[in-house]
Amino acid sequence: MGKTLFDKVWDAHVVDTVDNGPQILYIDKHLIHEVTSPQAFNELEERGIAVARPDQIVATADHNTPTQDQHLPIRDEMSRKQLQQLTENCEKHNITLYGLGHKYNGIVHVMAPELGITQPGMTMVCGDSHTSTHGAFGTIAFGIGTSQVGQVFASQSLLLNKPKSLRVSVNGTLAPHVSPKDVILYIISKIGTNAGTGYFCEYAGNVFEEMSMEGRMTVCNMSIEMGARGGMIAPDQTTFDYVEGRKFAPQGDAFAKAVSYWKTLPTDQDATFDKEYHFDAEDIAPMLTYGTNPGMGIKINGAIPEKGDMTFEKALEYMNFKGGAQLLDTPINYVFLGSCTNSRIEDFRIAASYVRGKHKAANVNAWLVPGSQQVAKQLEEEGLKEVFEEAGFALRQPGCSACLAMNDDKIPAGEYCVSTSNRNFEGRQGQGARTILASPLVAAATAIAGKIVDVTKEAVA
Amino acid sequence: MEKFTKLISTAVPLPIENIDTDQIIPARFLKATDKKGFGDNVFRDWRFKKDGTLDADFPINKPQYAGAKILVAGDNFGCGSSREHAAWAIVGYGFKVVISSFFADIFKGNALNNGLLPIQVTPEYLKELLAGIEANPELPITIDLENQVVETAFAKAEFEIDPYKKVCMINGYDDIDFLLSKKAEIEAFEKERMVF
Repeated sequence: MGKTLFDKVWDAHVVDTVDNGPQILYIDKHLIHEVTSPQAFNELEERGIAVARPDQIVATADHNTPTQDQHLPIRDEMSRKQLQQLTENCEKHNITLYGLGHKYNGIVHVMAPELGITQPGMTMVCGDSHTSTHGAFGTIAFGIGTSQVGQVFASQSLLLNKPKSLRVSVNGTLAPHVSPKDVILYIISKIGTNAGTGYFCEYAGNVFEEMSMEGRMTVCNMSIEMGARGGMIAPDQTTFDYVEGRKFAPQGDAFAKAVSYWKTLPTDQDATFDKEYHFDAEDIAPMLTYGTNPGMGIKINGAIPEKGDMTFEKALEYMNFKGGAQLLDTPINYVFLGSCTNSRIEDFRIAASYVRGKHKAANVNAWLVPGSQQVAKQLEEEGLKEVFEEAGFALRQPGCSACLAMNDDKIPAGEYCVSTSNRNFEGRQGQGARTILASPLVAAATAIAGKIVDVTKEAVA
Repeated sequence: MEKFTKLISTAVPLPIENIDTDQIIPARFLKATDKKGFGDNVFRDWRFKKDGTLDADFPINKPQYAGAKILVAGDNFGCGSSREHAAWAIVGYGFKVVISSFFADIFKGNALNNGLLPIQVTPEYLKELLAGIEANPELPITIDLENQVVETAFAKAEFEIDPYKKVCMINGYDDIDFLLSKKAEIEAFEKERMVF
């Protein structure tokens, strides 16, 4: 029987199998940040263990960093200490850190692919559930807890049971206003937030084959929102072209050799999956969420279901929405364009092309947060910073920002925020804040109109 | 890690589905660099009202459930963020077991790595258990890890646990010890692995 993409990468990294138990999986790259690593470093120190492979670890500061005045000392004492701790730990253990202000600094899932750290066929982990993002390259990448961060520090390996396999296929032609974010929000709205639990997902079909790497990263990023630890897309010419020439990508002959190996990774024709879903691209529209989990999504011009279970009622009460209502024309005072889901150059290009020549609505506070220093630089080089400024927007500095609201970027209680991030949980963007997940295009259109508008009625850029 | 063999305790019912780790411990409490004190803020925004006072209606705050070491929660418990702080907060508050009809992957692993036993039961058994606790808050529940059984006066259920993890829980072992014992195998693997 043939092997799946996941099987091929997994099997190439199994060190050993425990009798009747888990397998030891070798980890090629370990990404760390300030929030989920300090207790793992403490653990190592308490046990007197050294970091096994510091050269396979890359650190960034992103979760708890300000998005304004990054050159000044951080005001919040606990945040400042947490970042200092990361710096000290990295220095002590010889780990490369792209700290605040460094030209490579950024959200861990934006900067690593950009630098060519993420490559097909690798195993990658990070103490962050959105590590699934890197699966866009045909990489086994998944989020881990802090105990596991410690295990990788100690052994460059993890003890894991091989997950089951799931394939989600989307074929056909997407409508003009439909973006990768809409595709994944649509999938999750159909299969629910735990359909993928216990599985590793592969996305297949012409829709993903035709997507840019940025789009594929958006899709794989939200795999965890349907419960799957990771999501992968077979590496192809789009992948190779993206990786080629990046700072940490293989160069010259090594690159050619790598590509010939990467070409062997796609799922074999005769491979089978434990579970499969098929969707038609024609059924997908720009999406919005109305509730408090990412599975509670509707088409932009659709209506919230009339009735539901206890979770549904609780969510509507929190969101202050009524069953059967439409979201179009809902006044919106906050818009967030950012997060590891949608803060890449392509996301800002789409938003910029929409806002060009228009002006931000007076009632809207819009937070535009590039995913990395490199994205920020590109925005300037491409003249997009100017486009945003002329439309009344100000760009912030890179970081996770209002996606999880650990820093000062908090949406006030009771306010709606149309957000390009990944989670609409209660209080996720600030205590009492009400999140509506959407694509960069819908976020940009909301910021201009000051309310939710039907982008499908607008001319395509 | 603390050893776990058998526990007899009352339980707190939390019949809410899809409880995500942002609810278990909101992000604003993740700034600490050690594992201490997270129990004080477990379910912070559900346990406390907007004015900062305890919400007497939230199950964990009800006096009849004081001292319970078992949390019985709705389907898909622990979804969302990978933050292990969620497991530290639940353990820090004093719980030793969480029972649900479904657990998110990362939370389940994090729980097991902190001596917190996640027990998956059928939706029917969960419903029965919740009703039983509702009717009698002092209902004792027995958790027998050795025999993989959860039992009350009116219903008994078996539960699954990874055999390796079971040994770890019973003996208080953790994965670091095991992985360090495999150093030679890991180094041998490294020599053979593909690097470009």
